Amino acid sequence: MTEQKNPESLGEAVPQVLSLTTYQTVGPYFKIGLEALYRDDLAKPNIPGQVIEISGTISDADLTPVPDAVLELWQADSFGRYMDQPQKKPFEDSFGFGRVPTNEAGRFHFRTIKPGAIQGETPARQAPHILVSIFMRGLLYRLITRIYFSDEAGNADDPVLRSIEPRRRDSLLAKANPAQPYRYEWNIFLQGENETVFFDI
Amino acid sequence: MKAAAQSARVVSQRGITGEIARIAAAYQGRGEVQPRLDYPPYRSSLLRHPRSPFVCVDPDEVECWAPCFGNHEVEPRDADLTAGHPGEPIGERIIVTGRLLDATGKPVAGQLVEIWQANAAGRYLHARDQHDAPLDPNFTGCASFVTDTKGRFAFETIRPGEYPWRNHYNAWRPAHIHFSVFGPAFATRLITQMYFPGDPLLPFDPIFNSVRSKTARERLIALFDWETTVPEYGLGYRFDIVLRGRDETPMENKP
Repeated sequence: MTEQKNPESLGEAVPQVLSLTTYQTVGPYFKIGLEALYRDDLAKPNIPGQVIEISGTISDADLTPVPDAVLELWQADSFGRYMDQPQKKPFEDSFGFGRVPTNEAGRFHFRTIKPGAIQGETPARQAPHILVSIFMRGLLYRLITRIYFSDEAGNADDPVLRSIEPRRRDSLLAKANPAQPYRYEWNIFLQGENETVFFDI
Repeated sequence: MKAAAQSARVVSQRGITGEIARIAAAYQGRGEVQPRLDYPPYRSSLLRHPRSPFVCVDPDEVECWAPCFGNHEVEPRDADLTAGHPGEPIGERIIVTGRLLDATGKPVAGQLVEIWQANAAGRYLHARDQHDAPLDPNFTGCASFVTDTKGRFAFETIRPGEYPWRNHYNAWRPAHIHFSVFGPAFATRLITQMYFPGDPLLPFDPIFNSVRSKTARERLIALFDWETTVPEYGLGYRFDIVLRGRDETPMENKP
Protein backbone atom coordinates (compact mmCIF):
# COMPACT_ATOMS: atom_id res chain seq x y z
CA MET A 1 0.00 0.00 0.00
CA THR A 2 1.48 3.36 -0.96
CA GLU A 3 1.18 6.26 1.37
CA GLN A 4 -1.81 8.51 0.62
CA LYS A 5 -0.94 12.19 0.30
CA ASN A 6 -3.82 14.55 0.78
CA PRO A 7 -2.95 17.78 -1.10
CA GLU A 8 -5.19 19.82 1.17
CA SER A 9 -3.19 18.87 4.19
CA LEU A 10 0.12 20.03 2.75
CA GLY A 11 1.35 23.11 4.51
CA GLU A 12 -0.64 22.40 7.63
CA ALA A 13 1.18 21.91 10.88
CA VAL A 14 2.46 18.39 11.38
CA PRO A 15 0.10 16.77 13.88
CA GLN A 16 1.54 16.26 17.29
CA VAL A 17 2.72 12.70 17.75
CA LEU A 18 1.86 11.32 21.17
CA SER A 19 4.03 8.79 22.89
CA LEU A 20 2.44 5.37 22.67
CA THR A 21 1.01 3.41 25.54
CA THR A 22 3.31 0.44 25.97
CA TYR A 23 2.51 -3.17 26.69
CA GLN A 24 2.67 -4.69 30.16
CA THR A 25 2.38 -8.39 30.87
CA VAL A 26 -1.10 -9.94 31.25
CA GLY A 27 0.20 -11.54 34.44
CA PRO A 28 -1.20 -14.75 35.93
CA TYR A 29 -4.78 -13.62 36.58
CA PHE A 30 -5.98 -12.61 33.08
CA LYS A 31 -8.81 -15.14 33.22
CA ILE A 32 -10.83 -12.69 35.36
CA GLY A 33 -10.92 -10.10 32.60
CA LEU A 34 -10.52 -12.13 29.41
CA GLU A 35 -12.68 -15.17 30.07
CA ALA A 36 -15.89 -13.52 28.83
CA LEU A 37 -14.51 -13.73 25.28
CA TYR A 38 -12.89 -17.18 25.48
CA ARG A 39 -13.84 -18.84 22.17
CA ASP A 40 -12.45 -22.26 21.29
CA ASP A 41 -15.00 -23.08 18.60
CA LEU A 42 -14.92 -20.67 15.66
CA ALA A 43 -16.82 -23.02 13.35
CA LYS A 44 -20.51 -22.24 13.04
CA PRO A 45 -23.24 -24.01 11.09
CA ASN A 46 -23.79 -21.03 8.78
CA ILE A 47 -20.10 -20.66 7.86
CA PRO A 48 -19.15 -22.81 4.86
CA GLY A 49 -15.87 -24.70 4.77
CA GLN A 50 -13.97 -27.64 6.18
CA VAL A 51 -14.12 -27.95 9.95
CA ILE A 52 -10.69 -28.58 11.44
CA GLU A 53 -9.24 -28.96 14.94
CA ILE A 54 -5.85 -27.70 16.06
CA SER A 55 -4.11 -28.66 19.30
CA GLY A 56 -0.70 -28.08 20.73
CA THR A 57 1.52 -27.34 23.68
CA ILE A 58 3.40 -24.17 24.60
CA SER A 59 6.82 -24.89 26.08
CA ASP A 60 9.39 -22.62 27.70
CA ALA A 61 13.20 -22.69 27.38
CA ASP A 62 13.42 -25.72 29.69
CA LEU A 63 10.69 -27.48 27.65
CA THR A 64 8.35 -27.11 30.60
CA PRO A 65 4.74 -26.70 29.43
CA VAL A 66 3.24 -23.27 30.07
CA PRO A 67 -0.07 -23.64 31.96
CA ASP A 68 -0.92 -19.93 32.15
CA ALA A 69 -0.87 -18.66 28.57
CA VAL A 70 -3.69 -17.41 26.37
CA LEU A 71 -3.75 -17.46 22.56
CA GLU A 72 -5.78 -15.20 20.33
CA LEU A 73 -6.63 -16.34 16.83
CA TRP A 74 -7.63 -14.24 13.87
CA GLN A 75 -8.31 -15.72 10.48
CA ALA A 76 -10.04 -15.43 7.11
CA ASP A 77 -13.01 -17.57 6.09
CA SER A 78 -12.76 -20.45 3.62
CA PHE A 79 -12.81 -17.97 0.72
CA GLY A 80 -9.83 -16.09 2.14
CA ARG A 81 -11.92 -13.10 3.25
CA TYR A 82 -11.67 -11.41 6.61
CA MET A 83 -14.97 -10.58 8.25
CA ASP A 84 -16.15 -7.22 6.93
CA GLN A 85 -18.13 -4.58 8.77
CA PRO A 86 -18.09 -6.65 11.94
CA GLN A 87 -19.49 -3.87 14.08
CA LYS A 88 -22.74 -4.01 12.14
CA LYS A 89 -23.55 -7.36 13.65
CA PRO A 90 -23.21 -8.98 17.05
CA PHE A 91 -20.01 -10.83 17.75
CA GLU A 92 -21.84 -14.13 17.87
CA ASP A 93 -22.75 -13.72 14.17
CA SER A 94 -19.25 -12.82 13.07
CA PHE A 95 -16.36 -15.10 12.19
CA GLY A 96 -12.63 -15.24 12.60
CA PHE A 97 -11.77 -14.47 16.24
CA GLY A 98 -10.80 -17.05 18.83
CA ARG A 99 -9.30 -16.86 22.32
CA VAL A 100 -8.06 -20.02 24.06
CA PRO A 101 -6.13 -20.45 27.31
CA THR A 102 -3.68 -23.30 27.90
CA ASN A 103 -4.65 -25.93 30.46
CA GLU A 104 -2.59 -27.25 33.38
CA ALA A 105 -0.57 -29.36 30.92
CA GLY A 106 0.24 -26.34 28.75
CA ARG A 107 -2.12 -27.63 26.03
CA PHE A 108 -4.55 -25.63 23.93
CA HIS A 109 -7.20 -26.84 21.52
CA PHE A 110 -9.62 -25.14 19.16
CA ARG A 111 -12.01 -25.96 16.36
CA THR A 112 -12.49 -23.77 13.32
CA ILE A 113 -13.05 -23.60 9.56
CA LYS A 114 -9.90 -24.00 7.53
CA PRO A 115 -9.09 -20.56 6.11
CA GLY A 116 -8.75 -20.08 2.35
CA ALA A 117 -5.76 -18.57 0.58
CA ILE A 118 -5.52 -14.80 0.99
CA GLN A 119 -5.53 -12.52 -2.00
CA GLY A 120 -3.58 -9.58 -0.56
CA GLU A 121 -3.41 -6.01 -1.80
CA THR A 122 -0.02 -6.80 -3.25
CA PRO A 123 -0.09 -9.37 -6.06
CA ALA A 124 1.45 -12.06 -3.86
CA ARG A 125 -1.08 -14.59 -2.69
CA GLN A 126 -0.72 -15.93 0.81
CA ALA A 127 -1.22 -19.58 1.63
CA PRO A 128 -4.00 -20.40 4.14
CA HIS A 129 -2.98 -19.46 7.65
CA ILE A 130 -4.22 -18.25 11.03
CA LEU A 131 -2.73 -15.24 12.84
CA VAL A 132 -1.86 -15.93 16.48
CA SER A 133 -1.14 -13.58 19.38
CA ILE A 134 0.35 -15.10 22.53
CA PHE A 135 0.07 -13.61 26.01
CA MET A 136 1.32 -14.96 29.34
CA ARG A 137 2.93 -14.10 32.65
CA GLY A 138 6.62 -13.53 31.98
CA LEU A 139 5.95 -12.15 28.52
CA LEU A 140 6.27 -8.37 28.58
CA TYR A 141 4.42 -7.91 25.30
CA ARG A 142 2.56 -10.20 22.97
CA LEU A 143 4.24 -12.58 20.60
CA ILE A 144 2.83 -12.81 17.10
CA THR A 145 3.07 -15.91 14.95
CA ARG A 146 1.14 -17.79 12.24
CA ILE A 147 -0.26 -21.26 11.80
CA TYR A 148 0.18 -22.64 8.27
CA PHE A 149 -0.91 -26.14 7.24
CA SER A 150 1.53 -28.92 6.34
CA ASP A 151 -0.82 -30.26 3.64
CA GLU A 152 -1.07 -27.06 1.59
CA ALA A 153 0.77 -27.00 -1.74
CA GLY A 154 0.49 -23.19 -1.73
CA ASN A 155 3.03 -22.94 1.10
CA ALA A 156 5.87 -23.14 -1.43
CA ASP A 157 4.80 -19.80 -2.95
CA ASP A 158 3.81 -18.00 0.23
CA PRO A 159 5.84 -14.78 0.46
CA VAL A 160 6.00 -14.82 4.26
CA LEU A 161 7.11 -18.46 4.50
CA ARG A 162 9.66 -17.85 1.76
CA SER A 163 11.14 -14.95 3.74
CA ILE A 164 12.06 -17.35 6.56
CA GLU A 165 15.16 -19.52 6.52
CA PRO A 166 14.09 -23.07 5.52
CA ARG A 167 15.09 -24.84 8.74
CA ARG A 168 12.83 -22.55 10.81
CA ARG A 169 9.77 -22.64 8.52
CA ASP A 170 8.70 -25.93 10.00
CA SER A 171 7.80 -24.23 13.29
CA LEU A 172 4.86 -22.53 11.56
CA LEU A 173 3.36 -25.69 10.05
CA ALA A 174 0.48 -27.42 11.79
CA LYS A 175 0.98 -31.12 11.05
CA ALA A 176 -1.94 -33.03 9.63
CA ASN A 177 -2.61 -36.22 11.52
CA PRO A 178 -2.69 -39.08 8.94
CA ALA A 179 -4.92 -41.20 11.15
CA GLN A 180 -7.40 -38.45 11.93
CA PRO A 181 -8.04 -36.21 8.96
CA TYR A 182 -8.66 -32.54 9.67
CA ARG A 183 -6.88 -32.71 13.01
CA TYR A 184 -3.65 -30.82 13.29
CA GLU A 185 -0.89 -30.59 15.87
CA TRP A 186 1.02 -27.32 16.24
CA ASN A 187 3.41 -26.70 19.11
CA ILE A 188 4.97 -23.46 20.27
CA PHE A 189 8.52 -23.27 21.62
CA LEU A 190 9.23 -19.93 23.28
CA GLN A 191 13.01 -20.30 23.37
CA GLY A 192 15.73 -22.74 22.39
CA GLU A 193 16.76 -24.97 19.54
CA ASN A 194 13.27 -25.33 18.06
CA GLU A 195 12.16 -21.81 18.84
CA THR A 196 9.01 -20.85 16.95
CA VAL A 197 9.27 -18.08 14.37
CA PHE A 198 7.70 -14.90 15.72
CA PHE A 199 6.80 -11.83 13.70
CA ASP A 200 7.18 -8.11 13.99
CA ILE A 201 4.40 -6.16 12.30
CA MET B 1 21.22 -23.50 31.98
CA LYS B 2 22.23 -20.11 33.26
CA ALA B 3 18.72 -18.70 33.04
CA ALA B 4 17.29 -21.49 35.16
CA ALA B 5 19.99 -21.06 37.79
CA GLN B 6 19.26 -17.37 37.96
CA SER B 7 15.55 -17.88 38.41
CA ALA B 8 16.14 -20.37 41.22
CA ARG B 9 18.23 -17.93 43.25
CA VAL B 10 16.21 -15.95 45.75
CA VAL B 11 17.24 -12.32 45.58
CA SER B 12 16.32 -9.43 47.83
CA GLN B 13 14.64 -6.23 46.67
CA ARG B 14 18.05 -4.58 46.97
CA GLY B 15 19.43 -7.04 44.41
CA ILE B 16 16.52 -6.48 42.02
CA THR B 17 16.76 -2.70 42.44
CA GLY B 18 20.47 -2.98 41.57
CA GLU B 19 19.70 -4.97 38.42
CA ILE B 20 17.05 -2.42 37.40
CA ALA B 21 19.54 0.42 37.98
CA ARG B 22 22.31 -1.26 35.95
CA ILE B 23 20.00 -1.77 32.97
CA ALA B 24 18.78 1.84 33.32
CA ALA B 25 22.38 3.14 33.37
CA ALA B 26 23.23 1.17 30.22
CA TYR B 27 20.11 2.44 28.44
CA GLN B 28 21.15 5.14 26.03
CA GLY B 29 17.75 6.76 25.61
CA ARG B 30 17.13 5.19 22.22
CA GLY B 31 13.41 5.65 22.66
CA GLU B 32 12.51 1.99 23.04
CA VAL B 33 8.79 1.89 22.49
CA GLN B 34 7.93 -1.40 24.16
CA PRO B 35 9.19 -3.12 27.28
CA ARG B 36 12.07 -5.52 26.81
CA LEU B 37 11.04 -9.15 26.42
CA ASP B 38 14.40 -10.13 27.89
CA TYR B 39 14.35 -8.29 31.20
CA PRO B 40 16.11 -10.40 33.85
CA PRO B 41 14.85 -8.44 36.91
CA TYR B 42 11.44 -9.86 35.98
CA ARG B 43 12.36 -13.49 36.64
CA SER B 44 9.44 -15.03 34.77
CA SER B 45 10.74 -13.50 31.54
CA LEU B 46 13.94 -15.59 31.59
CA LEU B 47 12.56 -18.83 30.18
CA ARG B 48 9.68 -17.31 28.27
CA HIS B 49 11.20 -14.89 25.77
CA PRO B 50 12.39 -15.80 22.28
CA ARG B 51 16.03 -15.13 21.41
CA SER B 52 15.88 -15.24 17.61
CA PRO B 53 15.20 -11.99 15.75
CA PHE B 54 11.60 -11.43 14.75
CA VAL B 55 10.68 -11.80 11.10
CA CYS B 56 9.28 -8.54 9.74
CA VAL B 57 5.95 -8.71 7.94
CA ASP B 58 4.60 -5.74 6.05
CA PRO B 59 1.59 -4.69 8.13
CA ASP B 60 -0.40 -3.44 5.18
CA GLU B 61 -1.13 -7.02 4.30
CA VAL B 62 -3.70 -8.93 6.33
CA GLU B 63 -2.71 -7.38 9.65
CA CYS B 64 -4.75 -4.32 8.69
CA TRP B 65 -7.88 -6.19 9.64
CA ALA B 66 -9.00 -6.71 13.18
CA PRO B 67 -11.66 -8.47 15.14
CA CYS B 68 -14.02 -5.69 16.14
CA PHE B 69 -16.51 -5.85 18.92
CA GLY B 70 -19.35 -3.40 19.21
CA ASN B 71 -22.00 -2.31 21.64
CA HIS B 72 -23.71 -5.66 21.11
CA GLU B 73 -21.14 -7.22 23.36
CA VAL B 74 -21.56 -5.10 26.48
CA GLU B 75 -24.27 -3.80 28.80
CA PRO B 76 -23.97 -0.34 30.37
CA ARG B 77 -23.80 -1.92 33.83
CA ASP B 78 -20.71 -3.88 32.75
CA ALA B 79 -18.68 -0.69 33.30
CA ASP B 80 -19.40 -0.51 37.04
CA LEU B 81 -17.22 -2.86 39.04
CA THR B 82 -18.91 -1.84 42.29
CA ALA B 83 -22.33 -3.09 41.07
CA GLY B 84 -23.83 -6.50 40.48
CA HIS B 85 -23.40 -7.88 43.99
CA PRO B 86 -25.69 -7.87 47.01
CA GLY B 87 -23.64 -5.20 48.79
CA GLU B 88 -20.98 -2.55 48.26
CA PRO B 89 -17.38 -3.70 47.87
CA ILE B 90 -14.94 -2.72 50.61
CA GLY B 91 -12.42 -0.09 49.63
CA GLU B 92 -11.84 3.38 48.31
CA ARG B 93 -14.30 4.13 45.50
CA ILE B 94 -12.69 5.69 42.40
CA ILE B 95 -13.88 6.93 39.00
CA VAL B 96 -11.56 6.25 36.09
CA THR B 97 -12.06 8.12 32.83
CA GLY B 98 -9.94 8.30 29.73
CA ARG B 99 -9.72 8.41 25.98
CA LEU B 100 -8.54 5.90 23.45
CA LEU B 101 -6.41 7.81 20.92
CA ASP B 102 -4.16 7.12 17.98
CA ALA B 103 -0.65 8.57 17.87
CA THR B 104 -1.89 11.77 16.22
CA GLY B 105 -4.39 12.35 19.01
CA LYS B 106 -7.47 11.30 17.04
CA PRO B 107 -10.10 9.46 19.07
CA VAL B 108 -10.54 5.76 18.43
CA ALA B 109 -14.28 5.18 18.70
CA GLY B 110 -16.34 2.04 19.15
CA GLN B 111 -13.56 -0.12 20.58
CA LEU B 112 -13.98 -2.80 23.20
CA VAL B 113 -11.94 -2.36 26.38
CA GLU B 114 -11.64 -5.21 28.90
CA ILE B 115 -10.24 -4.58 32.39
CA TRP B 116 -9.46 -6.66 35.46
CA GLN B 117 -7.95 -5.97 38.86
CA ALA B 118 -7.38 -7.11 42.45
CA ASN B 119 -9.74 -6.10 45.26
CA ALA B 120 -8.95 -3.46 47.88
CA ALA B 121 -6.94 -6.01 49.87
CA GLY B 122 -4.77 -6.84 46.86
CA ARG B 123 -6.38 -10.24 46.25
CA TYR B 124 -7.55 -11.48 42.85
CA LEU B 125 -10.61 -13.66 42.50
CA HIS B 126 -8.52 -16.40 40.90
CA ALA B 127 -7.62 -19.95 41.96
CA ARG B 128 -3.89 -19.22 41.63
CA ASP B 129 -4.02 -16.25 44.03
CA GLN B 130 -4.01 -17.82 47.48
CA HIS B 131 -2.03 -15.21 49.40
CA ASP B 132 -3.06 -14.15 52.88
CA ALA B 133 -5.63 -11.44 52.14
CA PRO B 134 -9.43 -11.65 52.14
CA LEU B 135 -11.65 -12.02 49.11
CA ASP B 136 -14.54 -9.58 48.95
CA PRO B 137 -17.91 -11.26 48.30
CA ASN B 138 -19.08 -8.00 46.72
CA PHE B 139 -16.23 -7.62 44.24
CA THR B 140 -15.29 -9.66 41.16
CA GLY B 141 -12.81 -7.23 39.56
CA CYS B 142 -13.65 -7.25 35.86
CA ALA B 143 -15.51 -4.99 33.44
CA SER B 144 -15.88 -4.34 29.73
CA PHE B 145 -17.08 -1.33 27.80
CA VAL B 146 -16.90 0.25 24.34
CA THR B 147 -15.38 3.68 23.68
CA ASP B 148 -17.89 6.35 22.58
CA THR B 149 -17.72 8.47 19.41
CA LYS B 150 -15.04 10.65 20.99
CA GLY B 151 -12.99 7.64 22.09
CA ARG B 152 -14.00 8.17 25.71
CA PHE B 153 -14.59 5.60 28.43
CA ALA B 154 -15.50 5.81 32.11
CA PHE B 155 -15.87 3.25 34.84
CA GLU B 156 -16.32 3.11 38.55
CA THR B 157 -14.40 0.73 40.80
CA ILE B 158 -12.49 0.53 44.06
CA ARG B 159 -8.80 1.25 44.23
CA PRO B 160 -6.94 -2.08 43.92
CA GLY B 161 -4.52 -2.95 46.70
CA GLU B 162 -0.81 -3.63 46.34
CA TYR B 163 0.02 -7.31 46.67
CA PRO B 164 2.98 -9.62 47.28
CA TRP B 165 4.38 -11.83 44.51
CA ARG B 166 7.24 -14.28 44.27
CA ASN B 167 9.61 -12.61 41.85
CA HIS B 168 12.12 -12.18 44.68
CA TYR B 169 12.12 -12.03 48.49
CA ASN B 170 9.56 -9.55 49.87
CA ALA B 171 8.42 -8.51 46.39
CA TRP B 172 5.31 -6.31 46.12
CA ARG B 173 3.50 -5.14 43.01
CA PRO B 174 2.34 -1.52 42.84
CA ALA B 175 -1.44 -1.04 42.63
CA HIS B 176 -2.64 -1.44 39.06
CA ILE B 177 -5.58 -2.16 36.76
CA HIS B 178 -5.10 -4.36 33.67
CA PHE B 179 -6.42 -3.00 30.35
CA SER B 180 -6.98 -4.96 27.13
CA VAL B 181 -7.80 -3.08 23.91
CA PHE B 182 -8.15 -4.30 20.31
CA GLY B 183 -8.00 -1.06 18.33
CA PRO B 184 -8.78 -0.84 14.62
CA ALA B 185 -6.22 -3.37 13.32
CA PHE B 186 -4.54 -6.62 14.32
CA ALA B 187 -1.37 -4.55 14.73
CA THR B 188 -2.94 -2.20 17.29
CA ARG B 189 -3.83 -4.88 19.87
CA LEU B 190 -2.65 -3.75 23.31
CA ILE B 191 -2.67 -5.21 26.81
CA THR B 192 -1.25 -2.96 29.50
CA GLN B 193 -1.52 -1.90 33.14
CA MET B 194 -2.62 1.42 34.62
CA TYR B 195 -0.72 2.54 37.73
CA PHE B 196 -1.53 5.20 40.34
CA PRO B 197 0.35 8.47 40.84
CA GLY B 198 2.66 8.58 43.82
CA ASP B 199 2.73 4.81 44.36
CA PRO B 200 5.93 4.25 46.39
CA LEU B 201 6.41 0.79 44.85
CA LEU B 202 6.81 2.00 41.26
CA PRO B 203 10.61 2.54 41.33
CA PHE B 204 11.06 -1.00 42.66
CA ASP B 205 8.78 -2.89 40.28
CA PRO B 206 10.51 -4.89 37.53
CA ILE B 207 7.39 -5.06 35.35
CA PHE B 208 6.85 -1.28 35.33
CA ASN B 209 10.59 -0.70 34.84
CA SER B 210 10.85 -3.14 31.93
CA VAL B 211 9.72 -0.10 29.93
CA ARG B 212 13.01 1.72 29.52
CA SER B 213 11.76 5.08 28.24
CA LYS B 214 10.78 7.43 31.07
CA THR B 215 8.15 9.12 28.89
CA ALA B 216 6.61 5.74 28.09
CA ARG B 217 6.61 4.72 31.78
CA GLU B 218 4.88 7.94 32.77
CA ARG B 219 2.17 7.26 30.18
CA LEU B 220 1.24 4.17 32.26
CA ILE B 221 0.51 6.25 35.38
CA ALA B 222 -3.00 7.69 35.68
CA LEU B 223 -3.39 11.36 36.63
CA PHE B 224 -5.44 12.46 39.61
CA ASP B 225 -8.36 14.45 38.22
CA TRP B 226 -10.34 17.07 40.17
CA GLU B 227 -12.81 17.39 37.30
CA THR B 228 -14.11 13.85 37.65
CA THR B 229 -13.76 13.67 41.42
CA VAL B 230 -17.26 13.42 42.89
CA PRO B 231 -17.93 15.29 46.17
CA GLU B 232 -18.53 13.04 49.17
CA TYR B 233 -18.15 10.01 46.89
CA GLY B 234 -14.85 9.19 45.21
CA LEU B 235 -11.62 10.39 43.62
CA GLY B 236 -11.27 10.72 39.86
CA TYR B 237 -8.34 9.39 37.84
CA ARG B 238 -7.61 9.98 34.18
CA PHE B 239 -5.91 7.41 31.95
CA ASP B 240 -5.54 8.04 28.22
CA ILE B 241 -4.41 5.16 26.03
CA VAL B 242 -2.47 5.88 22.85
CA LEU B 243 -2.44 3.15 20.20
CA ARG B 244 0.10 2.76 17.43
CA GLY B 245 -1.06 3.30 13.85
CA ARG B 246 -2.13 0.36 11.76
CA ASP B 247 0.66 0.89 9.23
CA GLU B 248 3.37 1.89 11.62
CA THR B 249 6.85 0.54 11.24
CA PRO B 250 7.78 -2.38 13.42
CA MET B 251 8.56 -2.07 17.08
CA GLU B 252 12.04 -0.82 17.71
CA ASN B 253 13.26 -3.37 20.16
CA LYS B 254 13.99 -6.94 19.19
CA PRO B 255 14.49 -9.89 21.47
